[in-house]
Amino acid sequence: MKMKCSLGIDVGSVSTKLVLINEENDVIEKLYLNTAGKPIDVIVKGLKILNDEFNSSIEILAVGTTGSGRQLASVLVGADIVKNEITTHAVASLEEYPDTQTILEIGGQDSKIILIRNKIVADFAMNTVCAAGTGSFLDRQAQRLGIPIEEFGKMALTSTVPTRIAGRCAVFAESDMIHKQQMGYKIEDVIYGLCQALVRNYLSNVAKGKEIRPPVLFQGGVATNLGIKKAFEEELGMSITVPQHYNVMGAIGAAILARRYIMQSKSKKTNFYGFNVALKDYKVKSFECKGCANCCEIIQIYRDDKIMARWGDKCGKWSSSIAV
Amino acid sequence: MKVTFPHLGNMYIPLKSFFECLEVDVVVPPACSKRTLELGIKYSPEFACLPLKINIGNYIEALEKGADTIIMAGGIGPCRFGYYAEVQREILKDAGYKFNMVVFDPPKGHLWELFKKLEMITNKKIYSYNNLIYAARLAWQKAKLLDELDMMACRARPREKFEGETDKFYKKSIKLIGDVMTLTGIKNIQKQIEIMFRDLILTNSDSPRIGLTGEIYTILEPFANLNIEKQLGEIGVEVHRSIYITDWVRHNLFPAFLKPREHKEFLDSSKPFINCFIGGHGQESIAYVAKCAKEGFNGIIQLLPFTCMPEIVAKSVLPSASRKYLMPAMTLVLDEHAAEAGLRTRIEAFVDMIKYKSEVQNENEMFIGH
Repeated sequence: MKMKCSLGIDVGSVSTKLVLINEENDVIEKLYLNTAGKPIDVIVKGLKILNDEFNSSIEILAVGTTGSGRQLASVLVGADIVKNEITTHAVASLEEYPDTQTILEIGGQDSKIILIRNKIVADFAMNTVCAAGTGSFLDRQAQRLGIPIEEFGKMALTSTVPTRIAGRCAVFAESDMIHKQQMGYKIEDVIYGLCQALVRNYLSNVAKGKEIRPPVLFQGGVATNLGIKKAFEEELGMSITVPQHYNVMGAIGAAILARRYIMQSKSKKTNFYGFNVALKDYKVKSFECKGCANCCEIIQIYRDDKIMARWGDKCGKWSSSIAV
Repeated sequence: MKVTFPHLGNMYIPLKSFFECLEVDVVVPPACSKRTLELGIKYSPEFACLPLKINIGNYIEALEKGADTIIMAGGIGPCRFGYYAEVQREILKDAGYKFNMVVFDPPKGHLWELFKKLEMITNKKIYSYNNLIYAARLAWQKAKLLDELDMMACRARPREKFEGETDKFYKKSIKLIGDVMTLTGIKNIQKQIEIMFRDLILTNSDSPRIGLTGEIYTILEPFANLNIEKQLGEIGVEVHRSIYITDWVRHNLFPAFLKPREHKEFLDSSKPFINCFIGGHGQESIAYVAKCAKEGFNGIIQLLPFTCMPEIVAKSVLPSASRKYLMPAMTLVLDEHAAEAGLRTRIEAFVDMIKYKSEVQNENEMFIGH
């Protein structure tokens, strides 16, 4: 008999995550792919990988999408639910750790804090106008120092006298780091100093005024960085847990929510177009609407030369002219 | 002489009507667009807030259409806005534009100065005061009706029979209000609009209610707040504002004896978090949390332009106020970035959160035995 699975897709700014879970919410397979600015290609690639591996042995019950590219992903695969990242992260965390009270999440471009009380989201915050301290910035610093990002956190742990780095702004932090390097500080001290600065920035910016109660979960791509984890533990004075599937929690949450939705719906049938959509030909065309001074850039998505979706307009002239 | 002024939501309608009643030519700046913002960014200091930049864009686009006199509100108090008219005058002069700028400060009892400035604009030595009063009354009735329209639209949007109908009728109503030029005409239109919106609503179902608070420009100008009222309405939320156009006029332009009394009481409810006037609407932002709690709202969203001082003060005490009044709150900082996806994620998550909360509350109440 075929295994019944739900598929969750999280299209983030830097990475795209696909997850298959079974009916007990155990992760059967997870893919962590680089979005590389081409969300369509990477979703198609992910579906192909899953198809090659499982096609005949599983049945997809439900599909959910999340992340900043959730709408695009939904159009592509035929999702049952499209949910924001906050909700999906909270759902996945509560599934694995029902007593969680605080979730720290740092991704490629976003960082967020979610407070959970009595098993529901009680408050949350996301970074607003600044992306300092997110994964992209850490990536860039690792690259500049010629250290593989996987080693970055481990290296920070060897620091004995961390250097003080200004973490308020990514640009200032970088020049501060360069300055300290040129003064001859040890590289591991500079790196751990950076971790501490980013944690301070996170706590006084994103988590400002939020009451952080244990148990605390730390997830998102940056959670793999041991330096940041240690800096959080020192600053908060409590131990924090990094869940096993820390980097695909959003996708897991989307899959769980999709299954719950299908269970409650009358037809109990998924919208999923099937893995074969990966074999089709996708194109994106965009044009600038000249209807008014807004000059909106309209994006059109084609599957085998048939238009599937259109968005990007402020007035709704284009997006409403086609039924998605 | 051709008069223009910056945009602030629907404010252009009563202003246009007022000046046209006094036989002054008016050039309404084109609706705020990407171009407006680009022009504004090009000429404004980088650290200035979004309202200043959009204002500059409005002026330039209006001057291009032949306006020669700019009317701008002044201000007092610690918010930078009070000085914006002066700064904007210098910016436009440096950019080589020829124009005249008239600044209206809150009169604070000096109504005479207001009249004198009006005389200057209308270019009349001897004023027909009847005419002036009629123009003011008409503009006031229009402003009141526009506020009512906004409230009706926010109520209707989460409950509309057919998707998009609210916005269709909203546009229609705006045109009606813009065209009418008599006081009796306004009364008729008001009835028309009320009937239109009453028929639009499918059911009187319960929708979560969210209050928008924060800085006045970002609340009132949909271009600045990425149409947040509409976006919230589409996901089933009824939106209320902490301030409407007529409120601002009442508090700032009316002589003291005409000011509503309850306003002082309202301000007092910002204690103990903010105990005095801190500029802009910082104190109001926090007082509104108490008000929303009293009226049983489900949440509050604070809007502010990046670098807004009074609202940053309010932002830092908002979590405490939110805890005291058990009112979920979220702050959105608005700037040049027009990335609606980011805003959408945040408001969707916020609405999800308050919906789950009220579901759990309802279940608990049932459990207790209601």
